[in-house]
Formats: sequence, structure tokens, C-alpha cells
Amino acid sequence: MSERKTSPEQGRRIRVLVAKPGLDGHDRGAKVVARALRDAGMEVIYTGLRQTPEMIAEAALQEDVDVVGLSILSGAHMALIPRILELLKANGQEHVKIFVGGIIPDEDAPRLKEMGVTGVYGPGAPTGTIVDEIRLALEPAA
Amino acid sequence: MGKSEAESILSGDRRALARLLTQVENGSHEGRRTLDELFPHTGKAHLIGVTGAPGTGKSTLVNQVALQYRSPAAANPKRVAIVAVDPSSPFTGGAVLGDRVRMRDLAGDPGVFIRSMASRGSLGGLAQTTAAVVQVFDAAGYDVILIETVGAGQTEVDIARLAHTTLVVESPGLGDEIQAIKAGILEIADILVINKADLPGAEKTEHALRGMLGLAHPVEKVFHHHGQAMILPESKPADTSQWVPPILRTISTDGTGVEELMTAIEQHAQHLRQSGEWGRRERARLEAELEALLTETLVRKFRTSVPDVRYDEMVDRLVQRTLSPWEAVKALLNGGA
Repeated sequence: MSERKTSPEQGRRIRVLVAKPGLDGHDRGAKVVARALRDAGMEVIYTGLRQTPEMIAEAALQEDVDVVGLSILSGAHMALIPRILELLKANGQEHVKIFVGGIIPDEDAPRLKEMGVTGVYGPGAPTGTIVDEIRLALEPAA
Repeated sequence: MGKSEAESILSGDRRALARLLTQVENGSHEGRRTLDELFPHTGKAHLIGVTGAPGTGKSTLVNQVALQYRSPAAANPKRVAIVAVDPSSPFTGGAVLGDRVRMRDLAGDPGVFIRSMASRGSLGGLAQTTAAVVQVFDAAGYDVILIETVGAGQTEVDIARLAHTTLVVESPGLGDEIQAIKAGILEIADILVINKADLPGAEKTEHALRGMLGLAHPVEKVFHHHGQAMILPESKPADTSQWVPPILRTISTDGTGVEELMTAIEQHAQHLRQSGEWGRRERARLEAELEALLTETLVRKFRTSVPDVRYDEMVDRLVQRTLSPWEAVKALLNGGA
């Protein structure tokens, strides 16, 4: 408890939108990640299943998030993610960092990163790694 | 690029609006400056609070009410902002804000803007900056602002100070007659909603609430602030007819009863305007806000003038019981002991 007591507990918190685009109905992974980010002190806006890219971009805009975390298990990531990136850009939110988790084949990960995705995680990725990499990605801005 | 942030927001720039909401939430200086510039444009919106215990269906009901305001059948669809507050963890400060899950019907409508807020340690059911966030939406031209509190228990009554119209959402099976006569959240209701009215026990809940209302009304609403009545200026209006909160049943998952709820909200707004209560609530709210800001600013100013060492020393002495809390306050203020 060595922080100055005079400064109120205010200031910027990392805001993350956790969304499940597409049609698969498994959101356990997304919920585990949401919980882990919460425990790391972040504010997580959870939007639920079956979100369209348009819904995700709109929520990201309204909530003014720093990070969008996408969970995709359906295999449609190469179709969904470029569209989401495009919409974020159209809204003037190209600074938002994108993290993707789910079932992503190894050969797709570098392609996603080339498109502008910051992190790609498969099954079993430790949540601590995701937390650290989000913090690292936002560091220069914060 | 010549536009200021405030001008961008007044001209409908949603990105600028979202950015300002973040600044206001974080208490940043730029945010405050923009808010100062926007303040003359506030005071037009109808602020509707929605509160009640966790799991009574507040978010789903807010979704339905917003849909009604946006319905193409409505004579003039209103622009709707939703401020949804969820709790922050007291340990990590993190939060999972899940109210949007129930509001997906509103996606894609440019006349609706949903913003989730974490309570950030505030205990009254709202965040400290919720009032300022609401002001931003008001200035940005949203006609109706729905404010959903954290799942509230018995004392989270800040919403009644902020909103013009407060809906208290109950659902069957949550409490008995004794819960209904306790002071607190039920008393702040302008409209009582029994949601999930298709569940068994709706009848009993309604009966208990009616009993409570029969005992409690008419009561004049004078807020007690730290135990002292806040004296509301202006003498009583000519029309002293009291508003008796209607009790309505809804099933917000399928929209049953929502039209009746809309009528009740409209009637309440009319009642507020006709009785002069609208203006009095407005004044009481601004006064409370001024007082809160003054308190916060004075405390912060004072605390920066006291070295941490001295502060810690006072706490040590409290722990050792060599000083009472009142004596400590006196000592800190007078610079003695």
C-alpha cells in the first residue's frame, strides 16, 4: 500500500470488447478469457453469441474500446476478420488492437497478423499470456 | 479539422461522442473542458432510470422500451441512449459488462447508442461519473436516456436523484410483505414493474406491492441527504395532486405489457411537467451534483495538503486507540495534535 492515497482510484482502464462472430455456439472459451481479463483489472464488454461483423464494429465504436477479442471456432475466421478490420477502419478505429482465439490453423495465423491482427491463440493458451500481450500492445499508447 | 470536440459531438459525430464518454469516465481535464462547453445544450432529454435486483430482467426490459421508442409505428421515433452500469470488482477493479447481450435487437440502428459503464467502486448503484455521461448524451441530442443501474438491493437509490422517471423492476418470488415495507428501493419507484409476470407468484408479488403502496402513499418526495432533508426551493405548485406509482406486469422476453409501460412513462412525464415537479427534480439534481463535486474537490485539495506520513500517523493512532476518529479529523483540519 505505498501508492499515494491522495490520488483517487480513477484514470484510464483498459477496455476490451469480447465478441463471438459467426455461427458457432460455443462461448466457454470467450467467457474464460473475459473472466481472466476482468481479474487482470480490465473492463470487459461481453456481447454474446452470433455477432455479425457490423454489430462488433458498432459495439467497439460505442464502447470506445482499446482491444477487440474475437473467439471463432467455426473456421470462418478468414472471412469474418478482414470484414471486421475493414469496418473498424471505416469508423476511424484503426488503433484498436485485435486478438483472436479459437481454432485457427497454424498456416492462417501469420496471414491474420499480416492483415493487422495483434495476437492469435489456440486451445490451451494460458490466459496470463493473453493478459500480458494485451498490456504490451497498448503500452506506447497508455 | 477546425472543429472542436464539442462541435463535432453537437453535429452528430459518434466517434467523438464515444471518445468524450471515455474522457468523462476517466475524469480527464480535456473531458471536463468539453463538458463545460456542452453544458448549455443539456436539460432537454427525458432521463429514465431502471433499477431492481439482479436477474429481474432490467436489461431485457430496457431493450424492449428502447425498441418501442424506435418503432417505425411511433409518431416521431425518439433518439435513444442507454447507459448500462455493472459492478466493478472491489479487488482488481476489473469488470465484466454484460448488458449488451440482452440488447442485440437494437444493433444496427443509428438512432440508438449503448454505453456500458463499470461502477468503479461507487456504491449507490451508479458510477460516480454516470451523471456526467448522461449529460453528454443529453447535449448530443438524445431525446430519451435509459439508465440501467447495477443489480440493486435496498439502498442503491442514487438513480432517483438522477432520473426524471424511475422504474423499479421486481420479479415474482424475490420477497415477501416485509421486504415490501422496508425503506429504500421500492420507495423511489415512479413506476413499479413486475417483470417475468408469467412466472408463478406474480399475483402474490403484486398483492404485496399494492399493500405497500397503500400504506406509503401519498408521501412527498424530499430527499434526505446525510440524514438532513434537502430543502427544495420554490413553494408548492397549485396542483398538488400526488403521483401514485402504477404497478404493471410485463414479460420482457416477448414484449407483453411493454406498451402499457410506455403509456405509464409518458403519463409520468406529463405529470412531472404539469405539476412543476420536473423543474424541482432538475434543480434538486443539479444541487446534489454541485454538492458532490464540491465535496470531492475540497477533500482532494485538502488531502494533497496533508503529507502521507502525517495521515498514516493519524491512522496509527486510531489503531492504537489513542485518538478517536473525530479527534483525528479535528487534528488534521487544525494542524494540531
